Amino acid sequence: MIQVEGITKTFQVAKRNKGVIEALKHLVRREYTIVKALDNVSFNIKQGEIVGYIGPNGAGKSTTIKVISGILVPDNGTCNIIGYTPWKDRKEYVKHIGVVFGQRTQLWWDVPVIDSYQLLKDIYKIPTNVYQNNLELLTETLELKELLNTPVRQLSLGQRMRCEMGAALLHDPKILFLDEPTIGLDAVSKKAVRNFIKTINQEKQVTVILTTHDMRDIEELVNRIILIGKGKILLDGTLDEVKLKFGSEKTMVITYSTQFKPFDFPIENINGNQLRFMINTNKQSLPQIIDKVSEYVQIEDIDINHLPIEDIIVKLYKEYQL
Amino acid sequence: MLYWKYVKILFKSQLEYRTSFILLSIGQIFVPFSVFLGIYFLFQRFQEIKGWSLWEVALCYVIIHIAFSLTECFVRGFDNFSRLVVTGDFDRILVRPRSTIVQVLGSQFEFTRIGRLFQAVVIFIIALTKVQIDWNIIKILTFILMIISGIFIFAGIYMIGATLCFFTIEGLEVINILTDGGREISQYPINIYKDWVKKLFTFVIPYGVVNYLPLLYVLGKNNQVIYAFTPLLGILFIIPCILIWNYGVKHYLSTGS
Amino acid sequence: MRSYLVLFQMRFIRGLQYRTAALAGVLTQFFWGFMYILIFEAFYASSSTPQPITFHQLVNMMWLQQAFLALIMLWFRDSEIINQITKGDIAVELLRPIKLYEFWYARLLAQRTSSALLRFLPILIVTSLLPYPYNFVLPPDAFSFILFIITLVLGVLIVVALSMLIYISMFYTLSGTGSILIFGVIGEFLAGLIIPIPLMPEALKRIIYFLPFRYTTDLPFRIYVGSITHNEAIISILIQIVWIIILYIIGKLWMNKALKRLVIQGG
Repeated sequence: MIQVEGITKTFQVAKRNKGVIEALKHLVRREYTIVKALDNVSFNIKQGEIVGYIGPNGAGKSTTIKVISGILVPDNGTCNIIGYTPWKDRKEYVKHIGVVFGQRTQLWWDVPVIDSYQLLKDIYKIPTNVYQNNLELLTETLELKELLNTPVRQLSLGQRMRCEMGAALLHDPKILFLDEPTIGLDAVSKKAVRNFIKTINQEKQVTVILTTHDMRDIEELVNRIILIGKGKILLDGTLDEVKLKFGSEKTMVITYSTQFKPFDFPIENINGNQLRFMINTNKQSLPQIIDKVSEYVQIEDIDINHLPIEDIIVKLYKEYQL
Repeated sequence: MLYWKYVKILFKSQLEYRTSFILLSIGQIFVPFSVFLGIYFLFQRFQEIKGWSLWEVALCYVIIHIAFSLTECFVRGFDNFSRLVVTGDFDRILVRPRSTIVQVLGSQFEFTRIGRLFQAVVIFIIALTKVQIDWNIIKILTFILMIISGIFIFAGIYMIGATLCFFTIEGLEVINILTDGGREISQYPINIYKDWVKKLFTFVIPYGVVNYLPLLYVLGKNNQVIYAFTPLLGILFIIPCILIWNYGVKHYLSTGS
Repeated sequence: MRSYLVLFQMRFIRGLQYRTAALAGVLTQFFWGFMYILIFEAFYASSSTPQPITFHQLVNMMWLQQAFLALIMLWFRDSEIINQITKGDIAVELLRPIKLYEFWYARLLAQRTSSALLRFLPILIVTSLLPYPYNFVLPPDAFSFILFIITLVLGVLIVVALSMLIYISMFYTLSGTGSILIFGVIGEFLAGLIIPIPLMPEALKRIIYFLPFRYTTDLPFRIYVGSITHNEAIISILIQIVWIIILYIIGKLWMNKALKRLVIQGG
């Protein structure tokens, strides 16, 4: 469905310095640095997948999104999305995609939401019956009924995001690009947005690509992660694979009654008669660890926790020196 | 048509801020009117300029101002295009399956220019009562053509200015030389200027075909009917401008900035 | 004064960084000046009677106008101050231990002077190289030049004091772009920025001489081109000082009143 092959993109960036003298120099000559925003990026995405496209700021996420949504022509590489090359067939291609930029609105600020929807109907030339059906469906799943007649500027951020999602889906897109869809939302709205993404993915088989910094989004929505850093794809796999590879470290919390001898292994935290430390089950098996610990203390209770996904990502970034 | 749907929704938006709309519209009456007042005072001192009387010059003035106010209202999206590039809203336009030109046009309207239009129309009516014109159907048509021609020229220059935004957003005020400057120059009949100015504003940026040349025919200063149709040349001016715009969009797509 | 210097340096450096903008500004103003000159040339050519100022004097006034535009235009928009007033961020400013009137005054002055300093020299140098009668020339004598500098500086102080009144009025109108436009346009007309005051009808001139606006531009520029005698100029300097004091007092009192009202209404 989405085939991206060897995409490369470089930018020229002007240098700028501080101080009067530097500013004067700058008047005369301007220096440029060349930044490689995307370096041989390739991936395939099948219909119906929800892919989390992650990486630190400036890694090349939005450049990728721009390329595959047709608004940036790469220097090199090919791309075939539902039969189109996005930047060559842009006007035809964009009929089939929906884009939500989390921080920017695509609705008209001072008029009721429904007016924006009507205009989008005209922009996308959506047939009336299709529009009616979609509007009904979206109103129901996103609970838009009370919002539709309110001017956008009076909506809360969460309400607005629901309306944005609706706006992006009126024209039945096959692919949905979501750029930080949950940024700045409260917990309830985040949940609503996530539920909705799941629903349309299941019911309409919409393929979803989302960028996010919120790891709960990843955990709850995504079945596949693509990690990008410094313009390169560093990792591409299912969430479980990532967990397996980087999640072998766990935290162990042991409650003890008596202590036999002083601890001489690294401990993260001692709290009364509880101690917390990191273990790596790839290096030592669980029984081995328990055996060892029982040399030091009389164990009363054991609690083992997987690393939260956020910590896994931090480790990922560290591992690739991002 | 999609364009009118944009007009509708943005007019509705504008009505949300009624008071400021009314105040700004009134303010818009004064800006050009002070210029006309200047012209009026100058004529008190100088009586005429190269054979043109005050109210004949006033006709030049109103044609250019009517065209300018309509362009500022309805082509404002291109005039204020740097905003779309800076905020990234132009990306939004690119992910929609319609021509960029219609969408940029639809991105903004400046309805307060009704004030500017109003003062121009009032002066127009006064000027018509003061000037002798042997009316015929061609002359009525010519007036309409003049205004349309002016709109196309101003719009074309806005498009060139907007195209520049793809390359730099600094120093765009240079383009005002061509719009505001051209408007200021061509509110007088261009034959009052030196030869090179006249040529520049006839052959390069053809403001001369908007008011001066057709008014020669309308005011009976020249009876060749061909002058009545010179405004059509101004309409053609939009063609190279559209080509330049398309080139700019292409550049934007390959640099993303 | 200190805050003025700091603000001035900040603005000046920022201005330098945008070389394209500075260049474009110079270019634009050069063309505007040239355009006005072309229009007036046509008027002068179609009349043989002598005018209150010669065409060459008028040309020089036009170039000065363009070179020092940032100093003399009545309305020089400062979005930050506008936002503080209309969006109510003013509360933060009121917490700082500064006098708001003086701070804004310094800020607006810094903005104008830094912007003018970046632009006036290139314009005057280029225009002095043009052939007669379009060229910019030195004033008739050294004393005129000194008087020109003094009246220009005092003129800027008047302009800023006048524009402060516009900002203060925004405490009441809260957006007021419309009223600012009207005030700005009328003020600029009365300052002689649309057509030079010597070319206006006599009756209008008499009114204009009673108002502060002409002391911002018309006075210094006409001293420069030698269309005002030294004696008249010295008297005018005294009038300028009186206007500065009057406008300062009005602005200060009005601002205090506006702020008090703001506090009572709770922002």
